[in-house]
Amino acid sequence: MVRRETDMAENKREPVLVLRGLRAGIGGVEILRGVDLTVHLGEVHAIMGPNGSGKSTLVNVLAGKPDYEVYAGEVYYRGRDLLSMPPDERAREGVFLAFQYPVELPGVRLREFLRAALDAVREHRGLEKLAVRDFNRLVQEKLREMGMDAEFLKRNVNEGFSGGEKKRHEIMQLLLLDPTLALLDETDSGLDIDALKVVAQGINRFRGPDKAVVLVTHYQRILNYVQPDYVHVLIDGRIVASGGRELAQELEAKGYEWLRQAAEAGRRD
Amino acid sequence: MPPARKVISRETGIEEKEYKWGFVIPVAADVAPKGLNEDIIRLISRKKEEPEWMLEWRLRAYRYWRSLGYVEPKWAKIHHPPIDFQDIVYYAAPLSRDGDRPKTLDDIDPELKRAFDKLGIPLEEQKRLAGVAVDAVLDSVSVATTFQKRLEELGIIFCPISEAIQKHPELVRKYLGSVVPYTDNFYAALNSAVFSDGTFVYVPPGVRCPMDLMTYFRINEAEAGQFERTLIIADRGSYVSYLEGCTAPIRKKHQLHAAVVELIALEDAEIKYSTLQNWYPGDKEGRGGVYNFVTKRGICLGKNSKISWTQVETGSAITWKYPSVILRGDNSVGEFYSVALVNNYQQADTGTKMVHMGKNTRSTIVAKGISAGHGQNTYRGLVKIMPTADGARNFTRCDSLLIGSKCAAHTVPYLEVRNPTARIEHEATTSKISDEQLFYLMSRGISEEEAQYMIVHGFCRGVFQELPFEFAMEVTQLLRVSLEGTVG
Repeated sequence: MVRRETDMAENKREPVLVLRGLRAGIGGVEILRGVDLTVHLGEVHAIMGPNGSGKSTLVNVLAGKPDYEVYAGEVYYRGRDLLSMPPDERAREGVFLAFQYPVELPGVRLREFLRAALDAVREHRGLEKLAVRDFNRLVQEKLREMGMDAEFLKRNVNEGFSGGEKKRHEIMQLLLLDPTLALLDETDSGLDIDALKVVAQGINRFRGPDKAVVLVTHYQRILNYVQPDYVHVLIDGRIVASGGRELAQELEAKGYEWLRQAAEAGRRD
Repeated sequence: MPPARKVISRETGIEEKEYKWGFVIPVAADVAPKGLNEDIIRLISRKKEEPEWMLEWRLRAYRYWRSLGYVEPKWAKIHHPPIDFQDIVYYAAPLSRDGDRPKTLDDIDPELKRAFDKLGIPLEEQKRLAGVAVDAVLDSVSVATTFQKRLEELGIIFCPISEAIQKHPELVRKYLGSVVPYTDNFYAALNSAVFSDGTFVYVPPGVRCPMDLMTYFRINEAEAGQFERTLIIADRGSYVSYLEGCTAPIRKKHQLHAAVVELIALEDAEIKYSTLQNWYPGDKEGRGGVYNFVTKRGICLGKNSKISWTQVETGSAITWKYPSVILRGDNSVGEFYSVALVNNYQQADTGTKMVHMGKNTRSTIVAKGISAGHGQNTYRGLVKIMPTADGARNFTRCDSLLIGSKCAAHTVPYLEVRNPTARIEHEATTSKISDEQLFYLMSRGISEEEAQYMIVHGFCRGVFQELPFEFAMEVTQLLRVSLEGTVG
């Protein structure tokens, strides 16, 4: 049932993301204690685990959040050393983080924000800036796909957005900026079933042979709508189990405790 | 005492890269000797071919100023070495080829035209797209005024104040010093004695000025102080929007700029006054830069009149100014919207005074202070409700944004309420640009510098939206330049 990471090495395609022995934390406290993970284009990986297991730390370290420290290990994104890049460069190179708690930006209009972000990534890809009309059309299309009103463009970024609106807005940005690797940090938390479906549809729209998704979640509920290729269980900063979709269902039935005990027993051996 | 005649060399400044307005305009200039005494004042008055009453007024102001014994006001939270008032040139004028003020726009020294072009202020009327009339003031004199004819047809007077003193003495005598008397403060007294040029505006009853009027002030001479005087009168039921922009070359020594601005709004009239202050701020170590000590005040003299000040202060080594409104007419409205940004070793002590005298008068104050580097930023404001001001209302909002850990923001609101029916609200916040906000923007591919700019711009939005269209583009550029070097 429980497969090891190495089983996936059969995949001959170029990996988009490779983590080797990643140890990281905050203020000298280690949270990730040696994480190995390989993600290929076309794949969706779900990272599951109980609260405090290091799931959010993992995606935030990958996106380059300044508070986090890396103590050991390597991370390669498309063959390049990801950890040496500042966060804005990672983003322009195609790494996108959908935040669990998107911050409010007073006075910064959504339209200006989206425009600046799109200009930055397009310029990096050698594309011309979009004309105002084309930009408007594109943004409105993406808003519509996420069930958001065009009135949002006049609002300040995330200011006064409901929990569900914030999450939809994150996925809307994912579709607009069209990165290569999406890191989704508990994008399903706090959503009612209708909002969850919209968000899941957005993620599925993003999926494709030249895209990869790392989806962090506490519950397997979203996996009913976004079907993962691989499921990994993170406990105490280590991946203790990896498998296919069936692993998520097993977790739903049995909880995390049996894996924690198995992992501890494994370490004692 | 014949003035020295010389040609200014095109000297290279320090850090020209950061302050792109820092070049020197190579024009021949008529420069008075340094120092201040009654002879210099007579010289200025003679140069301007002023009537006797004007000279008398200047001399009275000078004698009052002398009685203050060179003691500058000390109550503001600013620090500078004592200013040697005898080490300043009080009159400097660019010479046109025949030595007089150019008669028409075609007579202006091409070098001067090029320089103003470079500053983004073309003096050829056909070049101006947005239809803004400009009065260009270099050092002590107005060098050009555009669109005068078109405005004249509407009865609007828009001219250098030196011209108004000659041509419209009845208006000038009536209003000059009526809002800011020369006894008001040290720098107002100095200005009244030595002011050499500035702008005069009169809008006749019922006329809505069809274009924005603008004065562009430029200090050029190395040792010159600039002491301009602006007087704007909006007659009954009229409207005028006035813009003011300022820059100066990069100089290693400090330069003094002490202006006085008076606004008078009669019944049902409205004056909108917008400033982009971008005097040379000094270098990264705080060397050089303009001392900007300015007295600006308007009076809502008539019922239902309105005066609105909007200022964006990014320049100057030290800024000391409090654009104020005296709300005398019933139902009159005063507004003050301000962004003050200090970086490196800049200091700003700025704010407003709203003096409510009439019934149901209303005032709004929105002040945004941004401090970076070693900058010191103080908001100082007075809201005064007189016993006659039944039903007066004031709303004040002061926000401070700190960038880095070596700067400071101070808020000093004074409230003086002598009428129990008044309603006063005051809100104040202090915040830092949070790492969370920067990371959010950067995680979308936006550079740190741009991310910081966006956050600061967002912080200022409430004020920027009050600016006229012509200034909107310039202000974003100014903000970017002023924030340079604050990242990292």
